[in-house]
Amino acid sequence: MITVIAIVTDGLVYAAWLFVVAIGLTLIFGVMKILNVAHGAFYAFGAYAAATAIGLYFDRGWPVAGGYLAIATAAVAIGLVMGYILERVFLRRVYGRDEVVVVLITYALFLILEDVLILIWGTDGRSAYQPYTEAGSFTVGGLPLSVYDIGLVGFAGLLAIASALTIKRTTFGRLLTAVIYDRETAAAFGVNVTRVYTVTFLIGAVLGALGGALTAPKISVTPGIGVEVIVLAFAVVAIGGMGSMEGALVGALIVGLFRAGAVHLIPQLELFSIYAVMALVLVFRPQGLFSRVQPRKI
Amino acid sequence: MTGLRILLGAAILGGLGAAAPFTPLWLISLVTLAMSTGLVVCGLIILWRGGLVPFGQALFFATGAYTVALSGRWFGVTDAFLLIALAVIMAVLVAFVVGFLLAQYREIFFAMLSLALSMILYGVLVKSETLGSTDGINVAQASFFGMMPRGPGYTFALFWLALGMVFAAWVGVSAYLGSVAGQLAGAIRDNEIRVEYLGISVTRLVHLKLTISAALAGAGGALAALSISHVDPQMAYWTTSGGFVFVTILAGAASVPAAFLGALLFEIVRTIAVALLPGGWQLILGSVLLLTILFVPEGLGSLMIRKRVTVSGREAA
Repeated sequence: MITVIAIVTDGLVYAAWLFVVAIGLTLIFGVMKILNVAHGAFYAFGAYAAATAIGLYFDRGWPVAGGYLAIATAAVAIGLVMGYILERVFLRRVYGRDEVVVVLITYALFLILEDVLILIWGTDGRSAYQPYTEAGSFTVGGLPLSVYDIGLVGFAGLLAIASALTIKRTTFGRLLTAVIYDRETAAAFGVNVTRVYTVTFLIGAVLGALGGALTAPKISVTPGIGVEVIVLAFAVVAIGGMGSMEGALVGALIVGLFRAGAVHLIPQLELFSIYAVMALVLVFRPQGLFSRVQPRKI
Repeated sequence: MTGLRILLGAAILGGLGAAAPFTPLWLISLVTLAMSTGLVVCGLIILWRGGLVPFGQALFFATGAYTVALSGRWFGVTDAFLLIALAVIMAVLVAFVVGFLLAQYREIFFAMLSLALSMILYGVLVKSETLGSTDGINVAQASFFGMMPRGPGYTFALFWLALGMVFAAWVGVSAYLGSVAGQLAGAIRDNEIRVEYLGISVTRLVHLKLTISAALAGAGGALAALSISHVDPQMAYWTTSGGFVFVTILAGAASVPAAFLGALLFEIVRTIAVALLPGGWQLILGSVLLLTILFVPEGLGSLMIRKRVTVSGREAA
C-alpha cells in the first residue's frame, strides 16, 4: 500500500514538472509547427538563472517568501531575453522551410547554447536547495511529503487551468486557435501571424525556463540537464499529440506515473519504461492521444 | 553508374590505401572513424531523398557496434569480416522488425519515433550490467584472414578494411539510388498518394529504404567499434544520431562521395574544435551547422555539382 502511495505521489510530482516543460514545447509546436530542440536550453538556462538568483538572495538572509519570487523573476527574465533573441535573429529567417530543417536549426542553437551556458556558469555544479528545504515537509502514513513538491503540483494544476481559460476565453487565445487551425486563412482575415508567432515563442520560452527554475532547488544544477529533459518532453508531447495542451497534461501524467512505477518496482527499467510507453501509444494512436485528424493533400 | 566512374573511385581509394604507410597513425585513425560515420550517412541519404529524417539512426549504429563487441566477448569471434557481416545482419533484423512500425510514419513523426526507439536501446544498455552498463565494454582485437596484426599494422588493416567497405557502399548505394526504387524517393517526398496511385506500396518502399540504411549504419557501427576498440551506450544516444543528421546536412543528399567528404570534414572540424576550445566544441559544431543550413541549404555537395553544371553546361546529376 505504501508503495502505491509513493508511486502516485512521486508520479504526480514528476508529472507536474514534465507538464510545465512540455506545455511550452507543445504550444510552440502547435502554433508555429516548430519542434523546438532549443527548449532544453531554455530549461537549463532557467535552472542556472534560478540557482544564481537563489544564491544571491539567500546569502543576504532576506525573508524566505521573497526567494520564490526571485526564482520566478529570474526564469521569466531569462526566458524573455532568450526567446526574443532566438525568434528574431534565427527562426524568423526559416519560417516556411521544411519542418525538419527548422528542427535542425533549433538543434544547432541548442548545441551552441549548451556551451554558452558553460562559458557563463562554468562546468561546476550548483546547488540551490534553500527554497526546497525552507518549505519544509510533513509525513503522511509514514511517507515524507515535501511542501515544495506539493506546491509544484499545485502550480502545474493552476497552469493547466490558466492555459485552458486563455485559449477558450481571451482574444489572444482565439487568435492562437485560428492560427493553429489554418495559418493562411487566419492571415487572410487580418490576424497578425508574425506577432502571434513572436508572443507564442516568448511564452513557450518562459515556460521552459520556468520548468528549469522550479526544478533547480530539487537537483544539483549541472551542465547537460537540458539534454535529458528535452528528450523526455518530446516523449510527453508525442504521447499526448503534438501541439495539444490537454495532450501534454495527459502525456505528462502517463509518463510521470509509469516512471514512478518503474523506479519503485523495477528500477532497471526507468528510462526504458518511458519510451516503451511512448512506442506503445504510438502503435495504436500514431499521431498521439489528442491530435486532430489531418487532411491529406492529393 | 558507368564503369569508368567505378574504376576512378577504385583508383582513388586504392591510392589512399597505398598512401597509408606514409601517413601519421592518428590521421589514419581519424579517417577510419570518419568513414564509419560516412557509411551511416550514406544510409541517411537514401532516407533523406524520400523526405525522411531519422533522429534515431544511432539505434542501428549501436546495434552494429554492440554486435561486434558481444560476438567477440561471448562467442570468441575475431574475424573482422565475419564480425562486420554479423553486425549488418543484426542491424537489418532490428530494422526489419521496427520497420513495420516506423514505415507508417512520415516527417517529424518518423523522426520522433525513430528517436524514441533508439532511446529505448540506450535505456536498456545503460541499465544492464551484462551489456557493460554506462562504462560499455572493450572490443577484442579482430583478425584478418587468420592473422592478428599488431600495433600500426592493425590500424592499417582496419583502414584498408574501411576503404573496402566504403567502395562497396559507394557502388551499392549509387546503384540503388539509380534504380527504380531509388528514383521513386523524390516522388514519395513530393506526393506520396500519387505514388500509391501508380500501384506502388509506399510503406513497403520506406521499409526497404529503412532496412538498407540500417545495414549501412550497422556496418558503420561495426567499423567504429573495431576502430575505437570500445563500445558504450553513448553510441545509441540521440546526440549520436544528431551527429549523423548533422553530417548529412553538411554534405547534402546530392551524391554519395559527398557523404564521406562531409564525414571527414565533420571529424576534422570536431578534432580542431576540441583542440582549440576544449569546452566549446559544441559551440563550433552548432555554428557550422547553423551557417550551413542558412547559407548552403543543399549541403556542401551541392556546391560541387553547381560548379560542374556551370563548367559543362549540363544538368546536375
